[in-house]
Amino acid sequence: MEALVASLIGVLTAVGIYLMLRRRSFPLILGLTFLSYAVNLFLFASGRLTVNAAPIIGTADSYADPLPQALVLTAIVISFGMTAVLMIMAIGGHLEAGHDRLTLDHPDEDAPQDQPDDQKWDQP
Amino acid sequence: MMGHWIIAPVVLPALVAGVMVVAMRGDLILQRVTSVAAILALNAIAVALLWAATVNGPEAYFLGDWPAPFGIVLVLDRLSALMLVLLSGLALAVVLYAIGSGWDGKGAHFHALLQFLLMGIAGAFLTGDAFNLFVFFEVLLIASYGLMVHGGGGARTRAGIQYVAFNLVGSSLFLFALALVYGVTGTLNMADLAAKLPDLPAGDVALLRVAVVMLIAVFAIKGALVPLQFWLPGTYANAPGVVAAMFAVMTKVGAYATLRFGTLVFPPDLLATGDLVASLILPAALVTLALGAVGTLGATTLPRLAAFAGISSMGTAFLAVAAFTPETTAVALYYILHSTLATALLFLVADLVSRRRSQALMDAASPPIADAGLIGALFLASAVAMAGLPPLSGFIGKLLVLDTFRDQAALVWPVVLVASFLMLVGFARAGSRLFWSPTASQSEPAPPEPEPLAFCAAFGLLATLIALTLLAGPVTDWLSATSAQLYVGQDYIAANRLGQEE
Repeated sequence: MEALVASLIGVLTAVGIYLMLRRRSFPLILGLTFLSYAVNLFLFASGRLTVNAAPIIGTADSYADPLPQALVLTAIVISFGMTAVLMIMAIGGHLEAGHDRLTLDHPDEDAPQDQPDDQKWDQP
Repeated sequence: MMGHWIIAPVVLPALVAGVMVVAMRGDLILQRVTSVAAILALNAIAVALLWAATVNGPEAYFLGDWPAPFGIVLVLDRLSALMLVLLSGLALAVVLYAIGSGWDGKGAHFHALLQFLLMGIAGAFLTGDAFNLFVFFEVLLIASYGLMVHGGGGARTRAGIQYVAFNLVGSSLFLFALALVYGVTGTLNMADLAAKLPDLPAGDVALLRVAVVMLIAVFAIKGALVPLQFWLPGTYANAPGVVAAMFAVMTKVGAYATLRFGTLVFPPDLLATGDLVASLILPAALVTLALGAVGTLGATTLPRLAAFAGISSMGTAFLAVAAFTPETTAVALYYILHSTLATALLFLVADLVSRRRSQALMDAASPPIADAGLIGALFLASAVAMAGLPPLSGFIGKLLVLDTFRDQAALVWPVVLVASFLMLVGFARAGSRLFWSPTASQSEPAPPEPEPLAFCAAFGLLATLIALTLLAGPVTDWLSATSAQLYVGQDYIAANRLGQEE
């Protein structure tokens, strides 16, 4: 079981990193989601893998460590919220720029060339 | 004994932010008054906590009265109190500037997000639990995402996506590291870790060292250390100027966490890790320092210049952190204070200039800006502070840093001195371009709205820098005692009352 869980975490991490390197916002979000799945499983496994054990001391010979379960719960909620924020920002960026590339070479690269200079910069 | 006041810097902004979102939506005046009042109260609490920490030594606050290490603890000691004072003082300047310049009206919920940011940073400074540190990192990050894209705009939103993505990767790395630490020690309470790690079985040392490297990587992302600094120039240059000024303290969270973990949890005399932390940070800090200075030469806009100057000053701060001795840590703390205030001042000046120029690029011809004399003086002062020229605190800070590296002078001194010179050239070039170059048209600039409050905020930061210079003696004495406390972990551990039932 250890080998299975370890390789599963490894594959999820690899998939996540590959997708994050795609430089487009949708694969980026998918990649971050895979990475958070991997880290959640990893956190869960840090309390050692146990089968058929309750997270209560004293009721049986073996018990599952309850703390990583609480940590995973927190991590899931946070990564869910963060992914939602990133999704909203990616949609906003897509709508404003017309594409979902993530490169950002120059502050005014997106400004149409026919506009007067003073509109190229996001003048507050 | 401060009792429940220890958690006030976390609870107060959280409550104020919640009330603002629910009850003050759309009423900007009420939001402004509440925000300033809350930040003034935060200042008072932080100063009181600083006094208490100076007099009493470390004190723990047990949330829900659960005994450590099973519950979450907040620990107030001299370092966390100092960072709280720095945070609340900077927040006061930032909120006054935001009101004076009208930035807070350019989008919804500026003040609420600022309060949430304060809550997250204050919590990160106070917490005595590694997982809780992760949670507060996320709180401050999610508020910073909102602030970063405040005011909107295409370039800003796309820079924001990069910032969020980079930090999400950092958060995942943090969780991997925490899981490893929990896997080998069975605890995440910092004091409990410090007590347990010396007895770590030899078989787990390799796992722990991996976790340490990952933790340092996370803190390096926060502190913008090379090679993990890529997010900073784009983020800070595209964020609203006032938000970038507030972010100047966020990079210091990385430096704070490195100091806390490097002195309490993984001290240099811990056999399992040894000088691993220092050996990772020292070269990275030197490269950061140099790269930031070169960046100031190549920057095309003033906010980018400020961002690279900020990176360079983080390099100097981490350089002093990396030595990990009581004397050098006092220097690092002095430089962190200076660097936060000076970077924030520079971003405010950059914002003052940017809003008065029609052109973003410094080389582009533009009519002379309004209030050029006053802003030019502020720019000169912030440039002097950032580059480390006398008479401001940057000079004292860099002198102290050079002094601590006497034994490695051949390596460190040339980097620090040449980097300071390059920054000087960068600032001189920017200043002469912006304030002295021939004008494109002779037309008089349109007189902008008077912004007395914005100038008050900028001059307030400058006055604090001057005070830091004039009071350098007493301040470094106090910081020496602070850093001595960091290297005597027993008080911090004892404050957690490990294994003692109430």
